[in-house]
Amino acid sequence: MAEALHWIGGALILAGALLSILGAVGVLRFPDVYTRIHAASLTDTGGATLMLLGMGLISPLGFVMLKLLLVWGFIMLTSPAAANALANAAFGAGVRPRIGTFQIMGEDKPGGSGPERSGEGTAS
Amino acid sequence: MTYALGLLVALGGFWFVLSGQISPFFGGVAVISVIATMWLSARLKVIDRDGSPYHRAPQLLLYLGWLLGEIVKANVAVIARVVGPSHAIDPAMVEVKSSATSNLGRALFANSITLTPGTVTVDVIGANLKVHALVRENAGADSFDEMDRKSARTADPHRASGS
Amino acid sequence: MLVAAGVAGLVVAMSLMIVRAMIGPSHYDRILAANSFGTKTVLLIALMGFLFGRPDFLDIALVYALINFVTTIALMKFFRYRTLARPLGAMAREAGKDG
Repeated sequence: MAEALHWIGGALILAGALLSILGAVGVLRFPDVYTRIHAASLTDTGGATLMLLGMGLISPLGFVMLKLLLVWGFIMLTSPAAANALANAAFGAGVRPRIGTFQIMGEDKPGGSGPERSGEGTAS
Repeated sequence: MTYALGLLVALGGFWFVLSGQISPFFGGVAVISVIATMWLSARLKVIDRDGSPYHRAPQLLLYLGWLLGEIVKANVAVIARVVGPSHAIDPAMVEVKSSATSNLGRALFANSITLTPGTVTVDVIGANLKVHALVRENAGADSFDEMDRKSARTADPHRASGS
Repeated sequence: MLVAAGVAGLVVAMSLMIVRAMIGPSHYDRILAANSFGTKTVLLIALMGFLFGRPDFLDIALVYALINFVTTIALMKFFRYRTLARPLGAMAREAGKDG
């Protein structure tokens, strides 16, 4: 029984790590700040939840579990606040998102000379 | 006063989880630090309905359960955009109106939108939220309705059931 | 063993995030990358605790999560208002609603 829980927990941790990698890939590939925030929130919600759940399964009962819950709760409370502060600051500084359909891997190079550059250093 | 009591219980519980000790010394230190934190909170004037919403814990827990399901769905949608065969994305800025009347309800709604991958609250002006979405079709006119209704019911005072 | 694989996966994700932090192009991209890197660091510290059989590391992870959040908020405030010396509310009123 404990052995089975150990394997399930390990699998969840691995899934969380995979989700973190996917989030990082998204952050690298998406074209502007706002879309990158979406990719980063993959790690903050899905990745963190899966990993902490996995750690909860392999941990002994007791305070370790409560602390894992605390870490999870803290990440879930702070990550939207940080994401909102980031998006709000970028928007307030005049960085405008790209609107409309386009291919990520098309001729529009990620991080190229899109409108996302217009806000660089204008927050004075 | 109820809010102060809620904060007291929450701080005490927090201390106990972190220390995990029951001895006269740790108990004394706990009392001192909890009282100091309460005093600082009172000075900052954050012991009110928004700063100490612990009287809403059961409703908030129920809402959290529903929100987790939404987060899973949104995660799958964003992963499909990151690695899927079609790499087309369609970002959009939409205006969403919150039907919540309390600040707590609006904050809950805005944070729920940000927490689900694929949508981010950029700005909050009164009850109007400016939301950036990764895919336009996921941010249509009625796609936030359910979340709005549920968050308002969770946090708004006049629909309270027994508090 | 699976835990070790999880650590390896996190390290890969963190190195990808460092690439984004280095190529930018704007401040906001870099801060986003730093914040996301911090979240992964929290998970890494907790996971290391389990790998070494010392779950006390969770306390450090909790503190790191706190520091990470405060760092991001402070950086955002600084880049928006170019000072940390005054309350946020007063500066927001002066700058107008849309900064």
